[in-house]
Amino acid sequence: MKRKISLTINGKPYTDEVEPRLLLIHYLREVAGLTGPHIGCETSICGACTVMLDGRTVKSCTMFAVQADGHKIVTIEGLAADGQLDAMQEAFWNEHGLQCGFCTPGMILSARQLLADHPNPSDQEIRHGLEGNLCRCTGYQHIVNAVRAAAGKAGA
Amino acid sequence: MATTISKPETLVGKSIRRQEDPRLITGTATYLDDIKMPGMHHACIVRSPHGAARIRSVNTAAALALPGVAAVFTGADIKDLGAVPTASSLPGLRVPHHHLLAQDRVYYAGHPVAVVVATDRYIAADAADLVEVDYEPTPAVADPEKALAPGAPAVHPQWPDNIAFTFHQEGGDTAQAFRDAEVVVKQRITSQRLIPTAIETRGVVAEWRQGDKAVTMYSSTQIPHLLRTICAAILGMPENHLRVITPEVGGGFGSKLNVYAEEALMCFIAKRIGKPVKWVESRRENFQCTIHGRGHVDYYELAAKRDGTMLGLKLKLIQDLGAYHQLLTPAIPTLSVLMMPGLYKFKSITADIIGTFTNCVPTDAYRGAGRPEATHGIERMVDILAAELKMDPVEIRRKNFVGKDEFPYATTTGLTYDSGNYGAPLDKALAAVDYAARREEQVEARKAGRLMGIGISAYGEICAMGPSAAMPAGGWESATVKIEPSGKVTVMTGASPHGQGEETTFAQIAADELGVDINDVMVVHGDTSVVQYGIGTFGSRGTAVGGAALFYALQELKAKIRKFGVMLLGSENVALVGGSCVDQETGKSVSFAEMVTAAHHAKTLPPNTQPGLVATHFWEPPNFTFPFGAHIVVTEVDRDTGAIQIRRYVAVDDCGKVINPLLVSGQVHGGVAQGLGQALWEEAVYDDDAQLVSGELTDYALPRAHFMPFIESSHTETPSPVNPLGVKGVGEAGTIGCSPAVVNSVVDALAPLGVRHIDMPLTPQKIWKLIQAGGHA
Repeated sequence: MKRKISLTINGKPYTDEVEPRLLLIHYLREVAGLTGPHIGCETSICGACTVMLDGRTVKSCTMFAVQADGHKIVTIEGLAADGQLDAMQEAFWNEHGLQCGFCTPGMILSARQLLADHPNPSDQEIRHGLEGNLCRCTGYQHIVNAVRAAAGKAGA
Repeated sequence: MATTISKPETLVGKSIRRQEDPRLITGTATYLDDIKMPGMHHACIVRSPHGAARIRSVNTAAALALPGVAAVFTGADIKDLGAVPTASSLPGLRVPHHHLLAQDRVYYAGHPVAVVVATDRYIAADAADLVEVDYEPTPAVADPEKALAPGAPAVHPQWPDNIAFTFHQEGGDTAQAFRDAEVVVKQRITSQRLIPTAIETRGVVAEWRQGDKAVTMYSSTQIPHLLRTICAAILGMPENHLRVITPEVGGGFGSKLNVYAEEALMCFIAKRIGKPVKWVESRRENFQCTIHGRGHVDYYELAAKRDGTMLGLKLKLIQDLGAYHQLLTPAIPTLSVLMMPGLYKFKSITADIIGTFTNCVPTDAYRGAGRPEATHGIERMVDILAAELKMDPVEIRRKNFVGKDEFPYATTTGLTYDSGNYGAPLDKALAAVDYAARREEQVEARKAGRLMGIGISAYGEICAMGPSAAMPAGGWESATVKIEPSGKVTVMTGASPHGQGEETTFAQIAADELGVDINDVMVVHGDTSVVQYGIGTFGSRGTAVGGAALFYALQELKAKIRKFGVMLLGSENVALVGGSCVDQETGKSVSFAEMVTAAHHAKTLPPNTQPGLVATHFWEPPNFTFPFGAHIVVTEVDRDTGAIQIRRYVAVDDCGKVINPLLVSGQVHGGVAQGLGQALWEEAVYDDDAQLVSGELTDYALPRAHFMPFIESSHTETPSPVNPLGVKGVGEAGTIGCSPAVVNSVVDALAPLGVRHIDMPLTPQKIWKLIQAGGHA
């Protein structure tokens, strides 16, 4: 019943035999051992499981691992692989864009996608761009500050 | 933005970016579900689909036959274990026996009935579907007022009135106050059930160590030590054979300030199967089975003079307890009663609580825990009185504030407010929003037919929980500071932070006191085998109690370091400056490293001094602290849709001395978001069969980034005399100050339609209907 999949995660090749029903998030966390992406809801509402698939953010709790066969995935662990923080990670740190940190890996990836699509977003565009990622700690204000800072705009 | 300077003159008071963040922003932190162990099994829990039912039978044969299933446990397996306890001890409290798994009845939708254990989480879930439970549904009741009505279904058959307890508190002569009153206003005010919704759900990993006859339990909890004590009692095992480790915790907000059946169950199962076992709550389980918050129906009566002087306040408080008492369930509404007077000089207060069983998951401490309900009540009532008297809501508040020269101030509810200057944050907020200009703008808006509102709340709260006399299981906190031979500093706190940032704020305090680099300080917490006993993080107590314990431990350690300085310098006239010890006469000094080495090598020792550099302090707070503040909200309501636009949100909070302004603003923003969630969007909805209708994030309106207004946050600073740091606590302030300011604003907007009160959440549908009905609900 198992199917063989081959994919690239954070630049490294992976080949595994998986059940067709295995969710991508479970594959990443339990087979590939990348526990940076988290599970917050299993219904693609909260965005804690957000990863990049071929350069676009996806919610890995509502994708099967077999659907990722042949694709390129980047998780939060892939951002500072050389030990150098990504600009968005640095901005979240500087602006206190996180508290408990559970939503943060997904939030950072969504924020990077937002800037890739809209390099100079307004605050409202930042807020709308992050509506697929829930944070219960920060009230989002410092997250908005972080994204604005990462966009190279003056902080307010 | 944070400063990245690691060692300026002093760190306390500065916006230092957090020490804990590098692991969190790189995905390298270890949360509960990240734990993996050789041979680890996975548990899945079979739960009741009914709000109330008899269990005729449970058949586990098909589940057990599935390859990969190791065991299935039912109520019969655990019936001789202890019950999930409540720490509350109200007189006459009826306490249902809260078994770890249901016996012959289920009392709420989600009630655990059986646990399936398998080699894989998918197999465990498959097998859970194969457990056949034969239920006979019985009538259920979810609404507390309906539960109190004659003939209502009995949640627990032995108590047909559904009353778990009644509680009466009276201060002053309320009857006289109401006789003296020139005006009395009355209002029914609800605080709806809310779902705390930490983004990380709960989870447990338990490991039986056969050689030691001991269990290691990992749990996403706010209270590792209390969890150990209570779980050991449930399981009937020696407490020192149970080690609780708290990994990274992905949010709590009170929902993890508890001891849950699953925690004891996993310890029991690990021992029975001889393998580590993991259970991670699904989001649906989290909504159905982790405690909810609020759940009040309050009937207020306020007596006053026509000049606005408030005389007395009466409250009948119907608390929806749910089906069981969790750790603090019955105690939460008593906190509401304590905070009933708010910031005002009441001569008398009377409160009656009716603790009511319903076929719902228990309510318990959720961010604010009783104080948001009380603040919402008094701040709504003050506005209703102001409207009745045609007074400005600012004027009536100022008239009744406890004056800044009246502290310490004894309330009619038996508290002593430590310090305050209630006019200061209100004045600052009024200036920020330009109150007079907004009122003029409102006049023009109304002329143009627009619905613009200005809402004020002046809130107070109880923090730094608390003196042990007022707490069910100790209210002190502990700290240990160790200076290692290399001069690195380890701080161990009995509090168990989970997002609040104490790894940073405590390092700031320690670095300042010892004169070391903040990066040389490591803050350790959340492991009962490593850290001395502690109480935990809740009730805005982490810094105000735990930080104070740390401060005193540091003073003890400094006194000891100084002895080594005296010895090495050969002079009594020395002072610790920065990290060094300086001879005040000669200017000669010895470094921190030299003193630390002397203490550890112990070639010679000062008189009556032991080797090593460790100090532990258990600090008992002499009082609570009482932060306060003022929030002002400007709204505009769309007549056509009922949508509420928040045009301005000004929050001025006074939490005493501030250790790290960046972190304090984060706490305020997050608190306000949860207050706004209650005011505008969130509600745990049970239907008449006690099914949780808002049972997933698809149906429960958690605030999203684009829902939130920009929060204009600032502070006044009135130090607390209760602790040496002068801090008061800030974790819950935003939540407490928020909801009445929002509702007062929207009621003000709709006042031209004759609206006097609206219950939360203020959904567009509710507002639209109100507008359509011309203000009459």
